[in-house]
Parts: sequence; C-alpha cells; structure tokens
Amino acid sequence: MEQLLTNIFFYILASAALIATLMSVTRRNPVHAVIYLVMGFFALALIFYLLGAPLIAAWEVIVYAGAIMVLFLFIIMILQLAPQDLPAAAGYGRWLPALLLGGTIAACSVLLIMTDPLASSRLPSFYAAPRAFGQALFTHYALAVEAASLQLLFAAVGAWYIGRPGSRKGAK
Amino acid sequence: MMLELLISGLLILIKLVLIFGVVLGLAAYLVLAERKILGRMQMRPGPNRTGPFGLIQPLADLIKLLSKEDFMPADADKLVYLFAPGLTALVALLTFAVVPFSPPLHIFGRELPMVVCDLNVGVLYFLAFSSLAVYGVVLGGWASGSKYALIGSIRALSQLVSYELAMGLAIAPVIMAARSFSLTDIVMAQSQLPFILTQPLGFLIFVVCIFAESKRTPFDMPEAENEIVAGFHTEYSGMRFGLFFVGEYINLVILGSMTTVFFLGGWHGPLLPPIVWFAGKALFVAFVFIWVRGSQPRLRYDQLMNIGWKVLLPLGLLNLLVTGAALLWMNG
Repeated sequence: MEQLLTNIFFYILASAALIATLMSVTRRNPVHAVIYLVMGFFALALIFYLLGAPLIAAWEVIVYAGAIMVLFLFIIMILQLAPQDLPAAAGYGRWLPALLLGGTIAACSVLLIMTDPLASSRLPSFYAAPRAFGQALFTHYALAVEAASLQLLFAAVGAWYIGRPGSRKGAK
Repeated sequence: MMLELLISGLLILIKLVLIFGVVLGLAAYLVLAERKILGRMQMRPGPNRTGPFGLIQPLADLIKLLSKEDFMPADADKLVYLFAPGLTALVALLTFAVVPFSPPLHIFGRELPMVVCDLNVGVLYFLAFSSLAVYGVVLGGWASGSKYALIGSIRALSQLVSYELAMGLAIAPVIMAARSFSLTDIVMAQSQLPFILTQPLGFLIFVVCIFAESKRTPFDMPEAENEIVAGFHTEYSGMRFGLFFVGEYINLVILGSMTTVFFLGGWHGPLLPPIVWFAGKALFVAFVFIWVRGSQPRLRYDQLMNIGWKVLLPLGLLNLLVTGAALLWMNG
C-alpha cells in the first residue's frame, strides 16, 4: 500500500519535473523560463524527500530554487531582458550542442539500465538522517567536499579578477 | 480499528483547521493592532468606529478589499501578475507548518503533537520557505510592467538574498547547541536556559535579519513610498493587494514564532500554560516590529547592503567559530 503510494507520487513528481524543465528550455521569455525551472527544482526536491533524503531535499530548495535561481532572476531584471531582445529563431548552432549532449547522456543511461544486472534490482529503502548524512559528508567524503569548495573559491577569485575595479579602464 | 483511525484523522483535521484559523485571525488582528499602536504613537486614536474599540475593522477591510475593482495594467504579464500575490500568502502560510507552539497534548489516550509536521529538518524547511518567499514579491513587481514596481522588486530581491545568508549563520550556533535541526528539539534544549542568554550575538544578528526579511521599517526600501510609490505592489488593487498584505502579516506571526523557538525558549515558562507563554512571546516580538516601525527612520540602500555583508556576515561567522570552539571545549 505504502509502496504503491510512493510509486504514484514518484511518477507524478517525475513527470512534473520533466514537463517543467522542458517548458523552461522552450520559453522565449527568460523570466518564464526561470519560473518553470524553479518548479522543476521543487519537484526534484520532493523526489529526494521521497527517496529518504530530507536534507538534500531542503538544500535543493534553499540553494538552487532559493539562491541560484533568484540570482538568475536578478540578472535578468537588471538587464531588463525582454523577449524581443533575443535572436528571432534559434539556429542549429544554438540547439545542436545541447541536443547532442542530452542525447548522449540519455543513450548512455538507457544502455546502462539495459545491460547492468544491478540496475533492475530493487534498491533497499534507505533513510539518510541529517546527523548520519553530515558524518558521512565530512569523514568519508571529506576530500571530495574540500575539492569542490576549493573549485568554488577559484571561481569566485576568477570572477573578482574579471570584474575588478579598473579592469574596464584598462580595456579602453 | 476503523474507529481508532477515524478519531486520529478527526483530531488531526481539527488541529489543522484550528491552526489555519488562528494564524489567519492573528494576521488580521495584527493589522488592526499596528494601526492602533501607530495611531497612539502619533497622538491619534486609530480606527475606532467599527464595533467596540474598532474590533470589527478587519472584517470591514476585507469587505472593502473584496468589493474593489481588480485592476490589471495593460503591460502586465497576465498569468504571473495573477498568481504572484497568492504565492506570497501561500508560502507564508506553509512556513507555519513546522512551528511547535506547545508540548504534545495527551487526548483520548493518544499523543497529539502540537505542530503540523515535526520535520527532522525543520530549521532548513523554514530557511527554504523564507528563501522562496522572495518569488511572490519579485514576480509580482516584474509582472506589473511598471518601472516603480520593477525597482521595488529588484530592491526586495537583493535585500532578501543578502540577509538570508546572515540569518542562516545566526541560526547555525543554535542548531549546534541543540544538536538537532528539529524545531521541537531546539525548544526542548532550552528548558533550562533560553538561547538568548547563551547566544546574545546570534540573537542580535537574527533580529536584524528578520527585520530585513520582513521588508519593514527600517529596511522597507522595496516599498519606500516617497521614492517608488509603493514598490512591488504599486499596480495591485483589491484582494490581490490584500493577499500581499495578509502575507506580510502572516510573515510577522511566523518571524515572531521563529524568534521564540530559536532564542526565547519556545513554550517554556513558569506558572502559565505553555501555549500562553508561546503566544505571549511571539506576539511581543510582533509588537516590537510595530514599535520600531513607529519610531525608526528608513535606512539608505547602501547602508542596508553594508550592514548585511560587511557587519552581520563576518559577525555571524565569528559567532559560529566561537560557539564551535566552546562546544568542543565543554565536551572535552
């Protein structure tokens, strides 16, 4: 009974996430695209919750929907991007790379699911309590966490270097 | 078995309806309280014609708002313009789901927790929904197709994003001290000593941040009347404006409750029943919000950004460091 309910919720959320992201890449209006993407993240967060990872679900909303997408919106509004400012029709150069990349990933996943015997076996139901999750993150995966945070630091330094005061004047 | 299930379901339903009604009622009467208190502070009586002491004023306001014309600007983005106010009120209402306002009640031989949903990531749920709260305001302002509304939206956006970070840092030491993300556990951890005494710096940072999060004086640049008409809700009228308004006051109730849960010891207190303590503390924080609005001037925008990024954020990090060191030292 509970399994059935979980399955029903999963398919509803998964289709919502797919439809929302699809809408987001096809909208001409950048603000509408952001709204759909936020919906997609929200559906994804609920899927994480359903899979027994409440901490990741909360972070998905706080970081992606609540911070990164808000900054996207901020840039769009500051630049006042209206639909008419965008190129009229997207040519091959715009959607072909995305299509190739998406197609490759989709093909690989299908291949993996078809061939790997482990893929069709049931995952044991799992619940990542916040404490256990944090412990795993900062002991077993500590190196990966530090590497990722260093990368973010490099990106921040790089962004500061490009946007540092006076760099515009030098270009002129 | 069937009867057991029915009683449990009924109890939960009654609890939900009660919480919903009380939160909405509190929001409505906070509007009246604000008008009355502000009036007294400005040497005028405030609304006092509708009913005894003006107590039916919220109902009269509701009828007025519902009967006004629902105006839509020609340049508006129709769908987004229509759903933004609802989003604001909805997100504010949903946040209340994790607020524990009393210890579990024992009724008909079963335990009924006095919180809609005691999530083990309750703190993060609150942070998640307070970060989603920005969308209703920003999208409403953007969809209005008016420059004043757009400026108000951009101000609200950068303000909320800047202060969310410091708010999270102010709560982190509380989580460390309580050793749990669950709001019930955080209240339980304060049965001896409320965290305001052990975390005074965190409390100060948190209070400044929630003033900024609520977009009220002295941080009400998103709706500064003398510069940008009414900011993000310039173009809204009737009940859609009312939903923004209700959302703001529900938010006041929630921020009061959250301050109570994180720093003021939740429902703990001598003599009086727990629920009275909780309501008293939460409403006192709401009163402070109104008090500050009546007595403080508005800051400038650069001052707001400076306080957020150059004062509160480093202080929050320092507080986190000191708390961590103290906890390590105390636990050997």
